[in-house]
Amino acid sequence: MSTETRPALAYEQVSRRYAGVSAIDHISLQVERGSFVALVGPSGSGKSTLLRLANRLDAADTGRVLVDGQDVAHADPIRLRRGIGYVFQNIGLFPHLTVAENIGIIPKLEGRPPVDVIAALERVGLAPDLATRFPAQLSGGQQQRVGIARALAGDGKLLLMDEPFGALDPVTRDTLGRTIRWLHDALGLTTILVTHDMAEALLLAERIIVMGQGRIVADATPREMLAGEAGPEVDALVAIPRAQAKRLSELSR
Amino acid sequence: MSEALRQLPPLIASHVLLAAAAMGLALLIGLPLGIASARRPRLGAVAVGFAGLVQTIPGLALLALFYPLLLALSALAGGGVPALGFLPALLALTLYALLPILRNVVAGLQGIDPAVLQAADAVGMTPGQRLRLVEAPLAAAVAMAGIRTAAVWTIGAATLATTVGYPSLGNPIFAGLQIERWDLVLAGCIGAALLAIVTDTLLGLIERGIGQRKRGLTLTGLGLLILGLLLACLPLLRTSQPSVTIGAKNFSEQYILAHLIGGRLEQAGYRVTYREGLGSAVAFRALQSGDIDVYVEYSGTLWADTMGRKDTPSREAMLDGIRNWMAIGPKTVLVGPLGFENAYALAVRPDSGLTSIADLAAKAPNFTLGADLEFLDRPEWRAIREAYGLRFKATRAYSPTFMYRALRSGQVDIISAFSSDGRIAADHLTILADPKGAMPHYDAILLTSPPHAHDAHFLSAIRPLVNRVRVEDMRSANYSVDRDTDKQPPEAAARWLDARVRAPH
Repeated sequence: MSTETRPALAYEQVSRRYAGVSAIDHISLQVERGSFVALVGPSGSGKSTLLRLANRLDAADTGRVLVDGQDVAHADPIRLRRGIGYVFQNIGLFPHLTVAENIGIIPKLEGRPPVDVIAALERVGLAPDLATRFPAQLSGGQQQRVGIARALAGDGKLLLMDEPFGALDPVTRDTLGRTIRWLHDALGLTTILVTHDMAEALLLAERIIVMGQGRIVADATPREMLAGEAGPEVDALVAIPRAQAKRLSELSR
Repeated sequence: MSEALRQLPPLIASHVLLAAAAMGLALLIGLPLGIASARRPRLGAVAVGFAGLVQTIPGLALLALFYPLLLALSALAGGGVPALGFLPALLALTLYALLPILRNVVAGLQGIDPAVLQAADAVGMTPGQRLRLVEAPLAAAVAMAGIRTAAVWTIGAATLATTVGYPSLGNPIFAGLQIERWDLVLAGCIGAALLAIVTDTLLGLIERGIGQRKRGLTLTGLGLLILGLLLACLPLLRTSQPSVTIGAKNFSEQYILAHLIGGRLEQAGYRVTYREGLGSAVAFRALQSGDIDVYVEYSGTLWADTMGRKDTPSREAMLDGIRNWMAIGPKTVLVGPLGFENAYALAVRPDSGLTSIADLAAKAPNFTLGADLEFLDRPEWRAIREAYGLRFKATRAYSPTFMYRALRSGQVDIISAFSSDGRIAADHLTILADPKGAMPHYDAILLTSPPHAHDAHFLSAIRPLVNRVRVEDMRSANYSVDRDTDKQPPEAAARWLDARVRAPH
């Protein structure tokens, strides 16, 4: 199998337990190259853990996790992480480094030439003059955009996002969501987005995986989910945004 | 005051050297230990707990504890570990500085936002890169605050190094307290305080530089700190004359005699340093180990406390006994007696009509005895009480100054005095004779360390003092330093005494 046809990320019978409680329970899953996958489910359903197994911020108890067909258990975790973009809710910008230094951190760690910070900022919709600012001088939405620019500066094609909009207001969520979708398409990324917002998942992703208690409860396209073809649990989840959309359209009539 | 200031530069130098060395060592231990402690909470609990425990020991006690510890270590290692001076002071101050450094390094590291650390891992930092690029700069401000606290403590506590015979700004403080020369105390205090303020300011500059990411500020602070360190230590780089160290216990007579000896040795071409304020038990051990080269001891102290003898032989027999004991055991040298005694004696007002303890027994039941704080517990008191059958109406303990006042004002009728005390002459007191020889002798004797046993040049410089210091002269010299008005510094008293020693008797 050539690199291009291998799945970008695959889980084979993966389990992870914390203090005897299953966070991930025998999950098998393949994520095709270039796809945008949303992981949805209640807190504690194992979404974040599944993501963190991919860049070895966490390790599986049993089973294999493959990135580009390579078992991550045999990879150097440092090299692995530099090649995978990771964005999370708390952003975690380095407060003592400027925006430019934050974005350029991965190339600097690898001793590579510095990135084009201006281009990196424009790509995520930020003005170039923010480059010399410190994170504390930015708004929450701007900070997360810098976080995304930092994740992409490693030139990895796999982008893992763990509730990246969690702490942001609705307007910022929406524009940032569009930015990510645009980046995904423009850079040919494989994106996995963890969210608890079903509407967001339906609007951004082309495949939605619903998790519950460490297992995959449903795995379908947004269209299938809205059509009620993904089972009763998904119907319940989809019902809320659908009802909201209906009420909104009635109001504007 | 100008004289007090003149002796400061070399003391500042050694003070700074000690404090800097202790801080350096504390940082060398505290930074890695703090980093390890932040990563392993159980190690952290043990390390911070230990440092906290050390902190509860008074600084003076900590210094004192290192003395027997190093002696034992030296015995184990077959000698060569100095138990006095720089080493015990360095170790005690290092331990003292450890807590604020350790605690703040741990607090600084643990105070970093976990999201930032997760991000550091997620972008693929190695543990070393994470420490260098993220943890160190983010913990630096809190850690620096601890380092500043440690530096200020260390500079202050370094004054205590005087008590283990390391020269520091504590020398003028302790000497000044003892002889009530407040200009000396002030000079030492202000010197130490200024050092602490300057150091704290420069460390603050470095802290600001790190906090505001101004490399220039950081480097300026660091540069000034190093420059100050070098400047302060300049007086240490002076000459390569042969140097000797003269020990002195913690009272005026010892300071005066140390300077009397020092003057003679300086004339013989030696560079002289003083280790003043040594504890009574510490002084002889210091001589034995060569930490000091020469000092004045009292025969009875050596006889009873060091040699453990219970008998009270005649003057000559005691000196012979000490000479023989030294030749066999500690190899130190008894150069000779200085010619006066500083023994316990009973003193009365001149109008009492008494001249001898033998006459006292009949009057004692009507007398109140004033004693210094330890006399009533000492074997001397038991010895004369039993020899003469003394029963006093009452006994009261005073600090020496108040004891003399009590006798003058009639609150007590008789006191335990030291026979060379200047106040005996000043108050025209009568020292009662001891016809039964019950009081042990306390001849002032000149002792030198083993390396000088056959050092003819050295011995010829100090031997002329043997049997030349009269008790009246010693009393006058002591009084000129101890009295409340027109006080003389010990150096001046020593010069006066030297002239009396040289004058034909």
